[in-house]
Amino acid sequence: MLKKLLEFLILWIIWTLLTWSLALPDILAGVVVSAIAVLLFSDLFPAEIGRLLHPRRLFWGLVYLPVFFWQVVKSNFDVAYRVFHPTMPIRPGIVKVRTSLRSEIARTFLANSITLTPGTLTVDCVDDHLYIHWINIISEDPEEETRLIVEKFEKYLRKIFD
Amino acid sequence: MSNLVIIFLSIGLFFNFAGCLGLIRFPDIYNRLQASTKCVTLGTIFILLAVVIHFGWNSISLKAILCVVFILLTSPTAAHAIARGSHRAGFPLWEGSIMDRYREDQEGETESAN
Repeated sequence: MLKKLLEFLILWIIWTLLTWSLALPDILAGVVVSAIAVLLFSDLFPAEIGRLLHPRRLFWGLVYLPVFFWQVVKSNFDVAYRVFHPTMPIRPGIVKVRTSLRSEIARTFLANSITLTPGTLTVDCVDDHLYIHWINIISEDPEEETRLIVEKFEKYLRKIFD
Repeated sequence: MSNLVIIFLSIGLFFNFAGCLGLIRFPDIYNRLQASTKCVTLGTIFILLAVVIHFGWNSISLKAILCVVFILLTSPTAAHAIARGSHRAGFPLWEGSIMDRYREDQEGETESAN
């Protein structure tokens, strides 16, 4: 019940920020929409969200942001290079890597981070394996692939979420 | 408009253009997703940052910043859903692809059976 109330408050605050109005009809509409969203999708919310407010986790979250942003910028130049190159240097394929992260939310963030970083796109996550579409395969050894794709994020995400 | 706004808009437009060109040039749906998610995400974020700089600190900027967060969360998720759905619907990888571990494992079915 407490979890649902917290979710409701978060959603309602986001609604209020988006509408930027404290008129009664807007507030009531926000209450109705947030309540419906919580009732329908409450199970999808990560259960351990309150734990993430711990200062040590927030600190590692702040450390992670520039690392992540740098990877995103690199990935964009990588794609732009392949797009504009006359012969399109790509060696695509789907590889399988293993993650040691335990919680669902950590794996979600890992999968999303991998998608936004150079040449990789998460296709599926089954148990502790991730299937990743890689635009330029430079190694066919699963251990090497895991090291190249997953580990640069894992060390931060483990500190934030696990 | 200040110069900084124009610079941010140009960077955003450049990456959005690269993403759209990739959508046309790349050979199969998975490579096209790579181009469109990465470039369009960063391109749109730069355009929204240009909005923030142009309007200063008010409700419009706040909405733009919220949109940045939403795009960062939803764009890779949508790409993952499209890629997984296409693979399960039987869309093949480009014939020049090196390997397909996902098909070898029957889309994860063998993994969960173990």
